[in-house]
Amino acid sequence: MPDTSINIVIGGGAGQGLATVGQLMARAATRAGYHLLVNQDYMSRIRGGHNFFSIRMGAEPVMAIAEGIDVLVALDGRTIDEQSAQLNAGAIVIAGDTIDTAGLNALRVPFKELAPKPLFHNVAALGVLGAAVCGEVSILEDLLRQTFAKKGEAVVQANIEVVRKAHDWVGEQAFDFSCIAPPPEHPGKRLMLDGNEAIALGALAAGCNFVSFYPMTPATTVPITLIAKGAPLGLVHDQAEDEIAAINMAIGASYAGARALVATSGGGFALMTEGVSLAGVSETPLVVVVAQRPGPATGMATRTEQADLNLVLYSGHGEFPRAVFAPGTVEQCFYLTHRAFDLAEQYQTPMFVLTDQFLADSYRTVAPFDLGGLPEIAQPLLEAPSPYARYALTDDGVSPRMVPGFSEVLVRADSHEHDEHGRITEDAANRVRQNVKRLDKGNGLMQDVIGPEYYGPDESDEGADLVLLCWGSSLGACLEAAQTLNAKGLVRTTVLHFSQVYPLREEQFMDFLESAGQVVAVEGNATAQFARLVARETGFVVTGSVLRFDGRPLSPRYILKGLESIV
Amino acid sequence: MTSIEQYGQFETSWCPGCGNFPLLESLKKALMRLDLPPHRVMVSSGIGQAAKAPHYMHCHMFNGLHGRSLPVAQGMKMANPEMTVICQSGDGCVYGEGGNHFLAAIRRNMDITLLVHDNQIYGLTKGQASPTTQRGHVTKTQPGGAPSEAFNPVAVAVAMKAGFVARAFTGEPEHLTEMIVQAVSHPGFSLVDIFQPCVSFNKVNTFGWYKEHCRIIEDHDPTDWASAMALADEFGERIPLGVLYRGERPVLATSMPLARHRYGADALVAVLESYA
Ligand SMILES: Cc1ncc(C[n+]2csc(CCOP(=O)(O)OP(=O)(O)O)c2C)c(N)n1
Ligand code: SF4
Repeated sequence: MPDTSINIVIGGGAGQGLATVGQLMARAATRAGYHLLVNQDYMSRIRGGHNFFSIRMGAEPVMAIAEGIDVLVALDGRTIDEQSAQLNAGAIVIAGDTIDTAGLNALRVPFKELAPKPLFHNVAALGVLGAAVCGEVSILEDLLRQTFAKKGEAVVQANIEVVRKAHDWVGEQAFDFSCIAPPPEHPGKRLMLDGNEAIALGALAAGCNFVSFYPMTPATTVPITLIAKGAPLGLVHDQAEDEIAAINMAIGASYAGARALVATSGGGFALMTEGVSLAGVSETPLVVVVAQRPGPATGMATRTEQADLNLVLYSGHGEFPRAVFAPGTVEQCFYLTHRAFDLAEQYQTPMFVLTDQFLADSYRTVAPFDLGGLPEIAQPLLEAPSPYARYALTDDGVSPRMVPGFSEVLVRADSHEHDEHGRITEDAANRVRQNVKRLDKGNGLMQDVIGPEYYGPDESDEGADLVLLCWGSSLGACLEAAQTLNAKGLVRTTVLHFSQVYPLREEQFMDFLESAGQVVAVEGNATAQFARLVARETGFVVTGSVLRFDGRPLSPRYILKGLESIV
Repeated sequence: MTSIEQYGQFETSWCPGCGNFPLLESLKKALMRLDLPPHRVMVSSGIGQAAKAPHYMHCHMFNGLHGRSLPVAQGMKMANPEMTVICQSGDGCVYGEGGNHFLAAIRRNMDITLLVHDNQIYGLTKGQASPTTQRGHVTKTQPGGAPSEAFNPVAVAVAMKAGFVARAFTGEPEHLTEMIVQAVSHPGFSLVDIFQPCVSFNKVNTFGWYKEHCRIIEDHDPTDWASAMALADEFGERIPLGVLYRGERPVLATSMPLARHRYGADALVAVLESYA
């Protein structure tokens, strides 16, 4: 039994409320001061099947998911069948007394006795789980009070009674399980949220006031969060008839002064690409969130992959500048989305936040975001002197963007090649001037590139034996794999993580890569798309790769196993 | 007062004699009558000869993609509900490539006006059948005659109880102007399907053909849905022009010009707090 972290898995069929138990448990652990990382594994169905919600909870920060299970809450018998092979030594199973726990070390809960109605079984399970991992019942009570406050005092009391009874019941049982140590010091107030929520909050912090979308897993919780939290503040939203409408609507809104976001997944983004090109030529600011899931086409709706980098990189016909961010943590989801808005406004071209199902749906505990420290975001002009030229040629390619309706100056935007005033023209010299002007904005973007981060075993970054080259959500798994290797002391391993995957600035990382013994690409796709991008941009070729494309997130164990044949 | 001169005169790339010319004049006249100066009007358009129209007048414009004028127009309206938003499109553009957007815009019922330059043919791509081309009409790409039944946009719009549905013809410029005035004045989604002869590629539905078949309706109560449906269904010997249907439906409105809307720091702090 590891004493610094435990892995709790709650399994059951869709519709059994395991996410509710899991979320409440995770929030309680956050309040108790633990660090955590939550992974949700669900099937593309509304009822039944086998889904699980895993909470890795640590006294110290936890970075990646773990395969071994310490506490298994089985809401159905199938969970036992599916998960018992993963149980660590000393693990405990929590299951209803009607479920066959097959001789495992189990706490068999008499739900009928503890909860008056099946409706309360979830809360009873929460009470048992909380007590089993040595949590305080008062934290659970407070949570339930808040959760059910809107439903009235009677509902609150009924839930609290159940949780208390379940908690007390555990106290009377003799069972074999050792809890993890409490956190050395309470880290103070923290937030618990998933990647998509953090993206939505980063957008709100950037002043996003418009979202149009067409639902597609795993992107939908971005608009859902924006609407839930932003609409009361005045955010305007529309569920469009399709992705094509969604992106064109957002572009229309942005032209008319909104700060707009669209969010979708690969299949939806494929439809949006004509709009990406439109934002490029019309020089309309837009932030596009692409939450990856396995393709091609419909692929696996509720699983994860990092295989849409190429799609995003090359989306839209013609040539125009863009930047692509790939957050590796919930914090980066927040700050990079904010940055995407900033750059979209500054350079008047589409910006991308590329995430995936694993990060989108995984809850983490984070320190409250620093709202005061965020840079001011560029604003369009509401008034400008006439004569005014929307696409005026400038040194940096950035023209004065005005919003129509606030003065008598007319603002013309065009998808055709146009002159400085936004009038359609096929003049050859003008075409060259306007195309160069648009591409010139890329020079500014290049100055603003966020370089990769090195996570080395010691101060000197250069000369590692092994570099794990990664991007986006694989960060945590790589860090933990590197930690394990470094602890063994055989290969000095560093992680090089890119949270901005395009454009790339060679001087930020080439020396480092060239001085390393081996550079292995770790990616959630079958063709090492990012390593190939690095090769295309810099000529640097990696030594090997660890690739995962079975729809499951990269884990430290998976990476270490993959490295065996390379290192 | 707004004058028609404020809307300017531009050189166009339209064929001499094209129905787009009188259509554009009628639009400018209507805006003048509505006393809407160019800076209060945002026009969105798609791609095609018709969709170039906003390039040929003074106004705010977003000339976007083929078939996508309606989503852009609705985005504009949501971002700044204080402005008048007009969408200009060809029949291929808005009923073909943008067909789904057409249906959704009717359902959404925002206060925008859709003017369709309906020449029953693809003009810019040189004469292929469009959704409103009549079945059997021979073109280079439909040598055996257009195989599909023609789409009847006004019948569909009336069937869906669109806010305002009218049909007009550039050969009746005064009536056309009046239809545009009424459409823009109507709160909610308004469609004016306008016959606009394509002198280069449509040799079937010519100016003369429209002149012969179209007639301005009198004594029709546009709030009477059943008789509106019957009129909208007429397309043959007689094609009725005028306001076919007018209905009262909740208009999807948004609050304020978003360009000025920023969140306060306290509001953001409270949002973050909800995740503690
Ligand atoms: C996505 C896309 N598909 C096809 C085209 C080619 N295209 C340009 S205009 C047009 C049809 C125009 O017909 P219509 O909308 O009836 O307008 P008109 O030219 O007759 O005014 C087509 C198919 C395009 N520009 N973009
Ligand atoms: S092709 Fe037809 S619609 Fe286009 S400008 Fe010429 S006449 Fe007008």
